[in-house]
Amino acid sequence: MLIIKCPYCGDREETEFSYGGENKKRPADPYSLSDKEWAEYLFFKKNTVGWHNELWNHSHGCRRWFSIERHTVTNEIKQSTPSQLSMEENI
Amino acid sequence: MYSLIYLSITPYFLHMDFYKKITYYEKKMGKKLSIFGNIKASHENHENWEPLWKNATPKKTYDFIIIGGGGHGLATAYYLSRIHKSSNIAVIEKGWLGGGGTGRNTSIIRSNYLWDESAHLYDFSLKLYETLSQDLNFNTMVSQRGVLNLAHNLSDVRGAKRRLYANQLNGIDSEWLDTEGVKKYCPIINTSPDARYPVLGSTLQRRGGVARHDAVAWGYARAASDAGVDIIQHCEVTDIHVSNNKVVGVETTQGRINAKRVGIAVAGYASNVAKMAGFELPIATHPLQAYVSEPVKPILDCVVMSGAVHVYLSQTDKGELVMGAGVDKYIGYGQRGSFNVIEEQLSACMQLFPLFSRMRVMRTWAGMVDTCPDASPIVGKTPVDGLYINCGWGTGGFKSTPGSGWVFAHTMFNDAPHDLNKAFSLERFYSGALIDEHGAAAVAH
Ligand SMILES: Cc1cc2nc3c(=O)[nH]c(=O)nc-3n(C[C@H](O)[C@H](O)[C@H](O)COP(=O)(O)OP(=O)(O)OC[C@H]3O[C@@H](n4cnc5c(N)ncnc54)[C@H](O)[C@@H]3O)c2cc1C
Ligand SMILES: [Zn+2]
Repeated sequence: MLIIKCPYCGDREETEFSYGGENKKRPADPYSLSDKEWAEYLFFKKNTVGWHNELWNHSHGCRRWFSIERHTVTNEIKQSTPSQLSMEENI
Repeated sequence: MYSLIYLSITPYFLHMDFYKKITYYEKKMGKKLSIFGNIKASHENHENWEPLWKNATPKKTYDFIIIGGGGHGLATAYYLSRIHKSSNIAVIEKGWLGGGGTGRNTSIIRSNYLWDESAHLYDFSLKLYETLSQDLNFNTMVSQRGVLNLAHNLSDVRGAKRRLYANQLNGIDSEWLDTEGVKKYCPIINTSPDARYPVLGSTLQRRGGVARHDAVAWGYARAASDAGVDIIQHCEVTDIHVSNNKVVGVETTQGRINAKRVGIAVAGYASNVAKMAGFELPIATHPLQAYVSEPVKPILDCVVMSGAVHVYLSQTDKGELVMGAGVDKYIGYGQRGSFNVIEEQLSACMQLFPLFSRMRVMRTWAGMVDTCPDASPIVGKTPVDGLYINCGWGTGGFKSTPGSGWVFAHTMFNDAPHDLNKAFSLERFYSGALIDEHGAAAVAH
Protein backbone atom coordinates (compact mmCIF):
# COMPACT_ATOMS: atom_id res chain seq x y z
CA MET A 1 0.00 0.00 0.00
CA LEU A 2 1.38 3.39 -0.97
CA ILE A 3 1.39 6.25 1.51
CA ILE A 4 0.66 9.38 -0.50
CA LYS A 5 1.02 12.94 0.66
CA CYS A 6 -1.96 15.14 -0.13
CA PRO A 7 -0.70 18.73 -0.16
CA TYR A 8 -3.79 19.75 1.82
CA CYS A 9 -4.25 16.83 4.25
CA GLY A 10 -0.81 15.25 4.60
CA ASP A 11 0.14 11.56 4.45
CA ARG A 12 -2.79 9.23 3.77
CA GLU A 13 -3.24 5.64 2.59
CA GLU A 14 -3.51 4.91 -1.12
CA THR A 15 -7.09 3.63 -0.80
CA GLU A 16 -8.29 7.20 -0.08
CA PHE A 17 -7.12 8.34 -3.52
CA SER A 18 -8.01 7.84 -7.14
CA TYR A 19 -5.44 7.94 -9.88
CA GLY A 20 -5.41 10.52 -12.65
CA GLY A 21 -2.48 9.25 -14.72
CA GLU A 22 0.24 11.27 -16.37
CA ASN A 23 0.13 15.00 -15.63
CA LYS A 24 -0.40 16.30 -19.16
CA LYS A 25 -0.87 19.85 -20.25
CA ARG A 26 -4.38 20.42 -21.51
CA PRO A 27 -4.60 21.84 -25.04
CA ALA A 28 -5.53 25.51 -24.82
CA ASP A 29 -7.90 25.25 -27.76
CA PRO A 30 -9.06 21.66 -28.38
CA TYR A 31 -11.03 22.66 -31.48
CA SER A 32 -7.90 23.76 -33.30
CA LEU A 33 -6.24 20.32 -32.95
CA SER A 34 -5.98 17.82 -35.80
CA ASP A 35 -7.30 14.27 -35.21
CA LYS A 36 -3.71 13.16 -34.71
CA GLU A 37 -2.96 15.82 -32.12
CA TRP A 38 -6.20 15.15 -30.29
CA ALA A 39 -5.48 11.39 -30.21
CA GLU A 40 -2.04 12.12 -28.89
CA TYR A 41 -3.46 14.19 -26.07
CA LEU A 42 -6.26 11.74 -25.31
CA PHE A 43 -4.65 8.32 -25.65
CA PHE A 44 -0.87 8.41 -26.02
CA LYS A 45 1.32 8.34 -22.93
CA LYS A 46 4.92 8.50 -21.85
CA ASN A 47 4.35 5.50 -19.57
CA THR A 48 7.75 6.26 -18.08
CA VAL A 49 10.07 3.76 -16.43
CA GLY A 50 11.50 5.93 -13.62
CA TRP A 51 10.40 9.33 -12.25
CA HIS A 52 6.88 10.11 -13.34
CA ASN A 53 4.85 13.28 -12.85
CA GLU A 54 1.27 12.17 -12.25
CA LEU A 55 -2.11 13.34 -10.98
CA TRP A 56 -3.99 12.00 -7.98
CA ASN A 57 -7.31 12.98 -6.50
CA HIS A 58 -7.96 12.75 -2.77
CA SER A 59 -11.41 11.35 -3.54
CA HIS A 60 -12.19 10.06 -0.03
CA GLY A 61 -10.73 13.15 1.62
CA CYS A 62 -10.63 16.77 0.54
CA ARG A 63 -11.51 15.74 -3.06
CA ARG A 64 -8.86 17.99 -4.57
CA TRP A 65 -6.43 17.24 -7.40
CA PHE A 66 -2.67 17.43 -6.98
CA SER A 67 0.41 16.06 -8.69
CA ILE A 68 3.30 14.00 -7.35
CA GLU A 69 6.67 12.82 -8.64
CA ARG A 70 6.71 9.05 -8.18
CA HIS A 71 9.35 6.54 -9.27
CA THR A 72 7.47 3.88 -11.21
CA VAL A 73 9.95 1.13 -10.32
CA THR A 74 10.59 1.80 -6.61
CA ASN A 75 7.36 3.72 -5.81
CA GLU A 76 9.39 6.38 -3.99
CA ILE A 77 7.47 9.67 -3.88
CA LYS A 78 9.39 12.96 -4.09
CA GLN A 79 7.07 15.91 -3.93
CA SER A 80 3.45 16.77 -3.94
CA THR A 81 2.06 19.95 -5.49
CA PRO A 82 -1.48 21.32 -5.74
CA SER A 83 -2.58 20.84 -9.33
CA GLN A 84 -3.12 23.77 -11.66
CA LEU A 85 -6.14 21.83 -12.79
CA SER A 86 -7.93 22.13 -9.47
CA MET A 87 -6.98 25.72 -8.92
CA GLU A 88 -8.00 26.97 -12.36
CA GLU A 89 -11.08 24.94 -13.03
CA ASN A 90 -12.10 24.14 -9.50
CA ILE A 91 -12.83 20.49 -10.32
CA MET B 1 -2.81 -55.49 -7.75
CA TYR B 2 -0.64 -52.58 -8.93
CA SER B 3 2.39 -54.05 -7.24
CA LEU B 4 1.79 -57.30 -9.14
CA ILE B 5 1.77 -55.47 -12.47
CA TYR B 6 4.82 -53.55 -11.38
CA LEU B 7 6.68 -56.75 -10.46
CA SER B 8 5.89 -58.37 -13.77
CA ILE B 9 6.87 -55.33 -15.83
CA THR B 10 9.97 -54.14 -14.03
CA PRO B 11 12.32 -56.98 -14.97
CA TYR B 12 11.48 -56.40 -18.60
CA PHE B 13 12.29 -52.69 -18.28
CA LEU B 14 15.65 -53.55 -16.87
CA HIS B 15 16.36 -56.02 -19.62
CA MET B 16 19.10 -54.88 -21.99
CA ASP B 17 17.29 -56.00 -25.17
CA PHE B 18 14.33 -53.86 -24.33
CA TYR B 19 16.64 -50.95 -23.70
CA LYS B 20 18.23 -51.39 -27.13
CA LYS B 21 14.84 -51.56 -28.78
CA ILE B 22 13.87 -48.30 -27.11
CA THR B 23 17.09 -46.65 -28.23
CA TYR B 24 16.32 -47.84 -31.74
CA TYR B 25 12.80 -46.38 -31.71
CA GLU B 26 14.08 -43.18 -30.25
CA LYS B 27 16.68 -42.79 -33.01
CA LYS B 28 14.04 -43.51 -35.61
CA MET B 29 11.81 -40.79 -34.19
CA GLY B 30 14.60 -38.20 -34.26
CA LYS B 31 14.48 -35.58 -31.53
CA LYS B 32 10.79 -36.10 -31.01
CA LEU B 33 9.58 -36.59 -27.47
CA SER B 34 7.83 -39.92 -27.15
CA ILE B 35 6.98 -42.61 -24.66
CA PHE B 36 10.06 -44.53 -25.83
CA GLY B 37 12.33 -41.60 -25.13
CA ASN B 38 10.76 -41.12 -21.72
CA ILE B 39 11.24 -44.75 -20.76
CA LYS B 40 14.83 -44.65 -21.94
CA ALA B 41 15.46 -41.45 -20.01
CA SER B 42 14.08 -42.91 -16.81
CA HIS B 43 16.26 -45.97 -17.36
CA GLU B 44 19.24 -43.61 -17.45
CA ASN B 45 18.14 -41.92 -14.22
CA HIS B 46 17.17 -38.84 -16.25
CA GLU B 47 20.81 -37.87 -16.58
CA ASN B 48 20.99 -37.53 -20.36
CA TRP B 49 18.17 -35.17 -21.28
CA GLU B 50 19.26 -32.64 -23.86
CA PRO B 51 18.53 -28.95 -23.18
CA LEU B 52 15.20 -27.95 -24.74
CA TRP B 53 16.80 -25.15 -26.74
CA LYS B 54 20.30 -23.97 -27.61
CA ASN B 55 21.56 -20.72 -26.13
CA ALA B 56 22.92 -18.87 -29.14
CA THR B 57 25.54 -16.14 -29.27
CA PRO B 58 24.39 -13.30 -31.49
CA LYS B 59 25.42 -13.19 -35.16
CA LYS B 60 26.24 -9.88 -36.87
CA THR B 61 23.11 -9.74 -39.00
CA TYR B 62 19.67 -11.28 -39.04
CA ASP B 63 16.71 -11.08 -41.40
CA PHE B 64 14.31 -10.93 -38.47
CA ILE B 65 14.90 -9.92 -34.88
CA ILE B 66 12.18 -10.30 -32.29
CA ILE B 67 12.69 -8.31 -29.10
CA GLY B 68 11.21 -10.14 -26.11
CA GLY B 69 11.34 -13.85 -25.32
CA GLY B 70 7.87 -14.25 -23.85
CA GLY B 71 5.27 -16.51 -25.41
CA HIS B 72 4.34 -13.96 -28.09
CA GLY B 73 7.92 -13.38 -29.25
CA LEU B 74 8.77 -17.09 -29.29
CA ALA B 75 5.57 -18.03 -31.12
CA THR B 76 6.30 -15.32 -33.70
CA ALA B 77 9.78 -16.74 -34.35
CA TYR B 78 8.38 -20.26 -34.59
CA TYR B 79 5.70 -19.33 -37.14
CA LEU B 80 8.13 -17.20 -39.14
CA SER B 81 10.24 -20.28 -39.63
CA ARG B 82 7.47 -22.88 -39.89
CA ILE B 83 4.77 -21.10 -41.89
CA HIS B 84 6.88 -18.58 -43.80
CA LYS B 85 9.96 -20.78 -44.20
CA SER B 86 12.23 -17.95 -43.12
CA SER B 87 15.60 -18.59 -41.60
CA ASN B 88 18.10 -16.27 -39.99
CA ILE B 89 15.84 -15.26 -37.11
CA ALA B 90 16.80 -14.24 -33.56
CA VAL B 91 14.78 -13.79 -30.38
CA ILE B 92 16.47 -11.42 -27.95
CA GLU B 93 15.44 -11.61 -24.29
CA LYS B 94 16.83 -9.42 -21.54
CA GLY B 95 16.12 -11.90 -18.74
CA TRP B 96 15.17 -15.53 -19.07
CA LEU B 97 12.57 -16.99 -21.45
CA GLY B 98 9.06 -16.65 -20.14
CA GLY B 99 10.11 -14.57 -17.13
CA GLY B 100 7.62 -11.79 -17.95
CA GLY B 101 3.85 -12.06 -18.07
CA THR B 102 4.18 -15.45 -19.72
CA GLY B 103 5.46 -17.05 -16.51
CA ARG B 104 3.28 -15.00 -14.15
CA ASN B 105 -0.25 -15.34 -15.45
CA THR B 106 -3.19 -17.39 -14.20
CA SER B 107 -3.19 -19.29 -17.52
CA ILE B 108 -6.87 -18.97 -18.43
CA ILE B 109 -7.71 -19.48 -22.10
CA ARG B 110 -11.07 -18.70 -23.74
CA SER B 111 -12.43 -16.79 -26.73
CA ASN B 112 -15.78 -15.29 -25.67
CA TYR B 113 -15.03 -11.68 -26.71
CA LEU B 114 -17.74 -9.29 -27.87
CA TRP B 115 -16.74 -7.74 -31.19
CA ASP B 116 -16.20 -9.68 -34.43
CA GLU B 117 -12.56 -8.59 -34.74
CA SER B 118 -11.65 -9.83 -31.28
CA ALA B 119 -13.85 -12.92 -31.39
CA HIS B 120 -12.19 -14.07 -34.64
CA LEU B 121 -8.66 -13.44 -33.39
CA TYR B 122 -9.10 -15.01 -29.94
CA ASP B 123 -10.99 -18.00 -31.32
CA PHE B 124 -8.31 -18.59 -33.92
CA SER B 125 -5.86 -18.63 -31.03
CA LEU B 126 -7.97 -21.04 -28.99
CA LYS B 127 -8.14 -23.36 -32.00
CA LEU B 128 -4.35 -23.32 -32.27
CA TYR B 129 -4.21 -24.18 -28.55
CA GLU B 130 -6.43 -27.19 -29.16
CA THR B 131 -3.71 -28.86 -31.25
CA LEU B 132 -0.66 -27.10 -29.80
CA SER B 133 0.82 -30.07 -27.94
CA GLN B 134 0.77 -32.15 -31.12
CA ASP B 135 2.09 -29.29 -33.28
CA LEU B 136 4.99 -28.57 -30.96
CA ASN B 137 5.52 -32.20 -29.86
CA PHE B 138 5.55 -30.83 -26.32
CA ASN B 139 2.90 -31.23 -23.65
CA THR B 140 1.41 -27.78 -23.09
CA MET B 141 -1.19 -29.31 -20.72
CA VAL B 142 -4.14 -27.64 -22.40
CA SER B 143 -7.20 -28.51 -20.34
CA GLN B 144 -10.57 -27.44 -21.74
CA ARG B 145 -12.36 -27.68 -18.43
CA GLY B 146 -14.90 -24.91 -19.07
CA VAL B 147 -14.95 -21.25 -18.06
CA LEU B 148 -17.81 -19.63 -16.15
CA ASN B 149 -18.28 -15.84 -16.27
CA LEU B 150 -20.69 -15.06 -13.43
CA ALA B 151 -23.36 -12.36 -13.43
CA HIS B 152 -24.34 -10.80 -10.08
CA ASN B 153 -26.76 -8.06 -11.06
CA LEU B 154 -29.10 -7.10 -13.85
CA SER B 155 -26.52 -5.11 -15.76
CA ASP B 156 -24.09 -8.07 -15.59
CA VAL B 157 -26.82 -10.35 -16.95
CA ARG B 158 -27.59 -8.03 -19.86
CA GLY B 159 -23.91 -7.53 -20.70
CA ALA B 160 -23.20 -11.26 -20.48
CA LYS B 161 -26.18 -12.21 -22.65
CA ARG B 162 -25.31 -9.63 -25.26
CA ARG B 163 -21.84 -11.12 -25.45
CA LEU B 164 -23.23 -14.65 -25.49
CA TYR B 165 -25.47 -13.94 -28.49
CA ALA B 166 -22.63 -12.18 -30.30
CA ASN B 167 -20.44 -15.23 -29.65
CA GLN B 168 -23.08 -17.60 -30.97
CA LEU B 169 -23.39 -15.52 -34.17
CA ASN B 170 -19.62 -15.85 -34.53
CA GLY B 171 -19.80 -19.62 -34.11
CA ILE B 172 -18.12 -19.55 -30.70
CA ASP B 173 -19.52 -22.02 -28.20
CA SER B 174 -21.24 -20.21 -25.39
CA GLU B 175 -24.14 -21.19 -23.15
CA TRP B 176 -26.28 -19.47 -20.56
CA LEU B 177 -26.68 -21.14 -17.17
CA ASP B 178 -29.30 -19.88 -14.74
CA THR B 179 -28.64 -19.94 -10.99
CA GLU B 180 -29.59 -23.60 -10.70
CA GLY B 181 -27.46 -24.44 -13.72
CA VAL B 182 -24.47 -22.76 -12.10
CA LYS B 183 -25.06 -24.70 -8.87
CA LYS B 184 -25.18 -27.94 -10.82
CA TYR B 185 -22.07 -27.15 -12.87
CA CYS B 186 -19.98 -25.90 -9.95
CA PRO B 187 -21.63 -26.91 -6.66
CA ILE B 188 -19.18 -25.12 -4.35
CA ILE B 189 -20.22 -21.61 -5.48
CA ASN B 190 -22.45 -19.87 -2.95
CA THR B 191 -25.64 -19.28 -4.96
CA SER B 192 -27.96 -18.53 -2.06
CA PRO B 193 -30.22 -15.54 -2.83
CA ASP B 194 -29.08 -13.61 0.22
CA ALA B 195 -25.37 -13.95 -0.60
CA ARG B 196 -23.32 -10.77 -0.72
CA TYR B 197 -22.89 -11.37 -4.47
CA PRO B 198 -25.97 -13.31 -5.59
CA VAL B 199 -25.38 -15.42 -8.70
CA LEU B 200 -28.10 -14.55 -11.21
CA GLY B 201 -26.58 -16.71 -13.91
CA SER B 202 -23.43 -17.27 -15.88
CA THR B 203 -22.08 -17.75 -19.34
CA LEU B 204 -20.21 -21.00 -19.92
CA GLN B 205 -17.62 -21.60 -22.60
CA ARG B 206 -16.89 -25.31 -22.47
CA ARG B 207 -13.92 -25.02 -24.83
CA GLY B 208 -12.26 -22.55 -22.46
CA GLY B 209 -9.93 -23.68 -19.72
CA VAL B 210 -6.28 -23.45 -18.79
CA ALA B 211 -2.88 -24.36 -20.26
CA ARG B 212 0.52 -24.65 -18.66
CA HIS B 213 2.14 -21.21 -19.15
CA ASP B 214 5.80 -22.26 -18.85
CA ALA B 215 5.26 -25.19 -21.17
CA VAL B 216 3.85 -22.88 -23.83
CA ALA B 217 7.02 -20.75 -23.74
CA TRP B 218 9.33 -23.77 -23.57
CA GLY B 219 7.46 -25.66 -26.28
CA TYR B 220 7.70 -22.75 -28.71
CA ALA B 221 11.34 -22.14 -27.76
CA ARG B 222 12.26 -25.76 -28.34
CA ALA B 223 10.46 -25.97 -31.68
CA ALA B 224 11.91 -22.63 -32.83
CA SER B 225 15.43 -23.58 -31.76
CA ASP B 226 15.10 -26.91 -33.61
CA ALA B 227 14.12 -24.94 -36.71
CA GLY B 228 17.30 -22.88 -36.45
CA VAL B 229 16.06 -19.77 -34.62
CA ASP B 230 18.78 -18.19 -32.44
CA ILE B 231 17.53 -17.76 -28.90
CA ILE B 232 19.61 -15.19 -27.08
CA GLN B 233 18.94 -14.79 -23.36
CA HIS B 234 20.30 -12.25 -20.86
CA CYS B 235 20.74 -9.71 -23.64
CA GLU B 236 18.89 -6.43 -23.32
CA VAL B 237 17.99 -4.24 -26.29
CA THR B 238 19.08 -0.73 -25.30
CA ASP B 239 18.51 1.15 -28.55
CA ILE B 240 16.97 0.73 -31.99
CA HIS B 241 18.97 1.94 -34.97
CA VAL B 242 16.94 3.73 -37.61
CA SER B 243 18.26 5.23 -40.83
CA ASN B 244 16.04 7.18 -43.29
CA ASN B 245 13.04 6.10 -41.24
CA LYS B 246 13.96 2.44 -41.78
CA VAL B 247 15.07 0.08 -39.06
CA VAL B 248 18.61 -1.23 -39.56
CA GLY B 249 19.42 -2.96 -36.28
CA VAL B 250 19.47 -2.91 -32.52
CA GLU B 251 21.99 -2.03 -29.86
CA THR B 252 22.21 -4.62 -27.08
CA THR B 253 24.20 -5.37 -23.95
CA GLN B 254 26.07 -7.87 -26.16
CA GLY B 255 26.83 -5.33 -28.87
CA ARG B 256 25.19 -4.15 -32.06
CA ILE B 257 23.11 -6.57 -34.10
CA ASN B 258 21.89 -5.65 -37.59
CA ALA B 259 18.51 -6.66 -38.89
CA LYS B 260 16.27 -6.12 -41.90
CA ARG B 261 13.09 -6.34 -39.85
CA VAL B 262 12.51 -5.99 -36.12
CA GLY B 263 9.43 -6.96 -34.11
CA ILE B 264 8.75 -5.64 -30.63
CA ALA B 265 7.00 -8.14 -28.31
CA VAL B 266 7.96 -6.88 -24.86
CA ALA B 267 4.47 -6.45 -23.29
CA GLY B 268 4.82 -4.17 -20.23
CA TYR B 269 7.99 -2.56 -21.60
CA ALA B 270 6.42 -1.67 -24.97
CA SER B 271 6.48 2.11 -24.41
CA ASN B 272 10.06 1.93 -23.24
CA VAL B 273 11.25 0.09 -26.37
CA ALA B 274 9.07 2.16 -28.74
CA LYS B 275 10.71 5.27 -27.32
CA MET B 276 14.06 3.92 -28.56
CA ALA B 277 12.66 4.20 -32.09
CA GLY B 278 11.17 7.64 -31.38
CA PHE B 279 7.43 7.11 -30.98
CA GLU B 280 4.89 6.86 -28.16
CA LEU B 281 2.13 4.32 -27.58
CA PRO B 282 -1.32 4.57 -26.00
CA ILE B 283 -0.22 2.07 -23.36
CA ALA B 284 -0.29 2.26 -19.57
CA THR B 285 1.71 -0.42 -17.73
CA HIS B 286 0.08 -1.52 -14.47
CA PRO B 287 1.02 -4.08 -11.86
CA LEU B 288 -1.27 -7.11 -11.87
CA GLN B 289 -1.18 -9.52 -8.96
CA ALA B 290 -1.94 -13.19 -8.53
CA TYR B 291 -1.50 -15.78 -5.79
CA VAL B 292 -1.77 -19.47 -4.99
CA SER B 293 -3.17 -21.25 -1.97
CA GLU B 294 -1.73 -24.27 -0.25
CA PRO B 295 -2.43 -27.44 -2.27
CA VAL B 296 -5.59 -29.38 -1.47
CA LYS B 297 -7.43 -32.37 -2.94
CA PRO B 298 -9.42 -31.80 -6.16
CA ILE B 299 -12.33 -29.47 -5.34
CA LEU B 300 -12.74 -27.16 -8.36
CA ASP B 301 -12.84 -28.71 -11.83
CA CYS B 302 -13.59 -25.62 -13.93
CA VAL B 303 -12.49 -22.00 -14.20
CA VAL B 304 -14.66 -19.43 -12.41
CA MET B 305 -14.47 -15.74 -13.26
CA SER B 306 -16.46 -12.83 -11.97
CA GLY B 307 -15.85 -9.49 -13.64
CA ALA B 308 -17.94 -7.55 -11.15
CA VAL B 309 -15.87 -8.52 -8.11
CA HIS B 310 -12.52 -9.22 -9.81
CA VAL B 311 -12.38 -12.87 -8.90
CA TYR B 312 -10.96 -15.50 -11.25
CA LEU B 313 -9.66 -18.84 -10.11
CA SER B 314 -8.94 -22.42 -10.98
CA GLN B 315 -7.19 -25.36 -9.37
CA THR B 316 -3.83 -26.59 -10.63
CA ASP B 317 -2.88 -30.21 -11.11
CA LYS B 318 -0.77 -29.88 -7.96
CA GLY B 319 -3.91 -28.90 -6.04
CA GLU B 320 -3.25 -25.21 -5.43
CA LEU B 321 -5.98 -22.68 -6.11
CA VAL B 322 -4.63 -20.06 -8.49
CA MET B 323 -6.33 -16.71 -8.07
CA GLY B 324 -5.86 -13.37 -9.73
CA ALA B 325 -6.85 -9.83 -8.83
CA GLY B 326 -7.71 -6.65 -10.69
CA VAL B 327 -4.95 -4.27 -11.79
CA ASP B 328 -3.38 -1.83 -9.35
CA LYS B 329 -4.56 1.65 -10.34
CA TYR B 330 -1.18 3.34 -10.81
CA ILE B 331 1.39 2.61 -13.50
CA GLY B 332 4.28 0.56 -12.17
CA TYR B 333 7.27 -1.44 -13.32
CA GLY B 334 8.36 -2.82 -9.93
CA GLN B 335 6.62 -6.20 -10.46
CA ARG B 336 4.91 -5.63 -7.16
CA GLY B 337 1.48 -4.31 -6.25
CA SER B 338 -0.39 -3.02 -3.20
CA PHE B 339 -1.75 -5.37 -0.57
CA ASN B 340 -5.19 -3.78 -0.43
CA VAL B 341 -5.85 -5.12 -3.93
CA ILE B 342 -5.24 -8.68 -2.76
CA GLU B 343 -7.37 -8.11 0.31
CA GLU B 344 -10.33 -6.87 -1.75
CA GLN B 345 -10.14 -9.77 -4.16
CA LEU B 346 -9.86 -12.37 -1.41
CA SER B 347 -12.79 -10.97 0.54
CA ALA B 348 -14.98 -11.20 -2.58
CA CYS B 349 -13.67 -14.70 -3.22
CA MET B 350 -14.64 -15.77 0.31
CA GLN B 351 -18.20 -14.57 -0.33
CA LEU B 352 -18.43 -16.70 -3.46
CA PHE B 353 -16.62 -19.71 -1.99
CA PRO B 354 -17.20 -19.74 1.78
CA LEU B 355 -15.60 -23.18 2.02
CA PHE B 356 -12.17 -21.72 1.17
CA SER B 357 -12.23 -19.38 4.16
CA ARG B 358 -9.70 -21.33 6.20
CA MET B 359 -7.19 -21.94 3.42
CA ARG B 360 -3.89 -20.14 3.43
CA VAL B 361 -2.30 -18.09 0.69
CA MET B 362 1.14 -19.49 -0.01
CA ARG B 363 2.68 -17.06 -2.50
CA THR B 364 1.73 -13.79 -4.12
CA TRP B 365 3.44 -12.08 -7.05
CA ALA B 366 2.87 -9.43 -9.69
CA GLY B 367 3.54 -8.93 -13.37
CA MET B 368 3.37 -5.82 -15.55
CA VAL B 369 0.43 -5.56 -17.90
CA ASP B 370 0.36 -3.30 -20.95
CA THR B 371 -3.20 -1.98 -20.94
CA CYS B 372 -4.75 -0.15 -23.91
CA PRO B 373 -7.56 2.43 -23.69
CA ASP B 374 -9.99 0.07 -25.48
CA ALA B 375 -8.75 -3.14 -23.79
CA SER B 376 -7.68 -4.52 -27.18
CA PRO B 377 -4.16 -5.23 -28.44
CA ILE B 378 -2.01 -3.39 -30.98
CA VAL B 379 -0.50 -5.71 -33.57
CA GLY B 380 0.89 -4.19 -36.73
CA LYS B 381 3.20 -1.70 -38.37
CA THR B 382 4.77 1.33 -36.69
CA PRO B 383 5.77 4.78 -37.98
CA VAL B 384 9.23 3.27 -38.70
CA ASP B 385 9.63 1.03 -41.79
CA GLY B 386 10.58 -2.54 -41.00
CA LEU B 387 9.67 -2.12 -37.35
CA TYR B 388 6.55 -3.88 -36.05
CA ILE B 389 4.77 -3.79 -32.71
CA ASN B 390 2.85 -6.41 -30.76
CA CYS B 391 1.56 -5.12 -27.42
CA GLY B 392 -1.45 -3.97 -25.47
CA TRP B 393 -2.69 -7.47 -24.60
CA GLY B 394 -2.90 -6.21 -21.07
CA THR B 395 -4.43 -8.56 -18.56
CA GLY B 396 -5.41 -11.18 -21.13
CA GLY B 397 -2.65 -12.07 -23.56
CA PHE B 398 -1.77 -15.59 -22.50
CA LYS B 399 -4.86 -16.99 -24.23
CA SER B 400 -3.85 -15.23 -27.43
CA THR B 401 -0.22 -16.37 -27.53
CA PRO B 402 -0.46 -18.78 -30.50
CA GLY B 403 -2.78 -16.56 -32.55
CA SER B 404 -0.77 -13.45 -31.83
CA GLY B 405 2.47 -15.17 -32.88
CA TRP B 406 0.79 -16.40 -36.06
CA VAL B 407 -0.53 -13.02 -37.22
CA PHE B 408 2.56 -11.11 -36.09
CA ALA B 409 4.80 -13.48 -38.08
CA HIS B 410 2.53 -12.88 -41.08
CA THR B 411 2.72 -9.10 -40.58
CA MET B 412 6.51 -9.10 -40.27
CA PHE B 413 7.02 -11.42 -43.22
CA ASN B 414 4.63 -9.65 -45.63
CA ASP B 415 5.10 -6.11 -44.32
CA ALA B 416 1.30 -6.11 -44.17
CA PRO B 417 -1.17 -7.32 -41.55
CA HIS B 418 -3.04 -10.63 -41.65
CA ASP B 419 -6.83 -10.31 -42.03
CA LEU B 420 -7.19 -11.19 -38.36
CA ASN B 421 -5.07 -8.30 -37.05
CA LYS B 422 -5.89 -5.59 -39.62
CA ALA B 423 -8.28 -3.85 -37.23
CA PHE B 424 -5.75 -3.88 -34.38
CA SER B 425 -3.50 -1.20 -35.87
CA LEU B 426 -1.94 1.73 -34.07
CA GLU B 427 -3.88 4.03 -36.46
CA ARG B 428 -7.19 3.14 -34.84
CA PHE B 429 -6.39 5.62 -32.08
CA TYR B 430 -6.25 8.40 -34.65
CA SER B 431 -9.27 7.29 -36.68
CA GLY B 432 -11.38 6.47 -33.64
CA ALA B 433 -12.15 2.90 -34.77
CA LEU B 434 -11.59 1.51 -31.27
CA ILE B 435 -12.50 -2.06 -30.38
CA ASP B 436 -14.01 -1.76 -26.92
CA GLU B 437 -13.55 -5.05 -25.08
CA HIS B 438 -13.82 -3.74 -21.53
CA GLY B 439 -16.81 -6.03 -20.98
CA ALA B 440 -14.93 -9.17 -22.00
CA ALA B 441 -11.58 -8.10 -20.60
CA ALA B 442 -12.30 -5.76 -17.68
CA VAL B 443 -11.46 -8.41 -15.15
CA ALA B 444 -7.89 -9.46 -15.37
CA HIS B 445 -7.49 -12.96 -16.76
C1 LIG C 1 -0.88 -11.88 -12.71
C2 LIG C 1 -1.25 -12.02 -14.15
C3 LIG C 1 -2.29 -12.85 -14.52
C4 LIG C 1 -2.64 -13.00 -15.85
N1 LIG C 1 -3.60 -13.90 -16.19
C5 LIG C 1 -3.89 -14.15 -17.49
C6 LIG C 1 -4.82 -15.18 -17.83
O1 LIG C 1 -5.36 -15.90 -16.97
N2 LIG C 1 -5.11 -15.38 -19.15
C7 LIG C 1 -4.53 -14.61 -20.13
O2 LIG C 1 -4.85 -14.80 -21.29
N3 LIG C 1 -3.60 -13.65 -19.83
C8 LIG C 1 -3.27 -13.41 -18.53
N4 LIG C 1 -2.33 -12.45 -18.20
C9 LIG C 1 -1.72 -11.65 -19.27
C10 LIG C 1 -0.58 -12.40 -19.93
O3 LIG C 1 0.30 -12.88 -18.97
C11 LIG C 1 0.20 -11.49 -20.89
O4 LIG C 1 -0.67 -10.78 -21.74
C12 LIG C 1 1.12 -12.33 -21.79
O5 LIG C 1 1.83 -13.27 -21.03
C13 LIG C 1 2.10 -11.43 -22.53
O6 LIG C 1 3.03 -12.24 -23.20
P1 LIG C 1 4.23 -11.58 -24.00
O7 LIG C 1 5.00 -12.66 -24.61
O8 LIG C 1 3.67 -10.52 -24.86
O9 LIG C 1 5.03 -10.79 -22.86
P2 LIG C 1 6.05 -11.28 -21.71
O10 LIG C 1 5.83 -12.69 -21.34
O11 LIG C 1 5.96 -10.26 -20.62
O12 LIG C 1 7.43 -11.20 -22.44
C14 LIG C 1 8.06 -9.98 -22.77
C15 LIG C 1 9.54 -10.19 -22.61
O13 LIG C 1 10.24 -9.08 -23.13
C16 LIG C 1 11.42 -8.93 -22.39
N5 LIG C 1 11.96 -7.58 -22.59
C17 LIG C 1 11.47 -6.40 -22.15
N6 LIG C 1 12.24 -5.38 -22.51
C18 LIG C 1 13.28 -5.91 -23.22
C19 LIG C 1 14.43 -5.36 -23.87
N7 LIG C 1 14.68 -4.04 -23.86
N8 LIG C 1 15.29 -6.20 -24.49
C20 LIG C 1 15.06 -7.54 -24.50
N9 LIG C 1 13.99 -8.11 -23.91
C21 LIG C 1 13.11 -7.31 -23.27
C22 LIG C 1 10.97 -9.19 -20.96
O14 LIG C 1 12.05 -9.55 -20.14
C23 LIG C 1 9.97 -10.32 -21.15
O15 LIG C 1 10.50 -11.60 -20.94
C24 LIG C 1 -1.96 -12.27 -16.86
C25 LIG C 1 -0.90 -11.42 -16.50
C26 LIG C 1 -0.53 -11.30 -15.17
C27 LIG C 1 0.61 -10.40 -14.80
ZN1 LIG D 1 -6.62 15.89 0.81
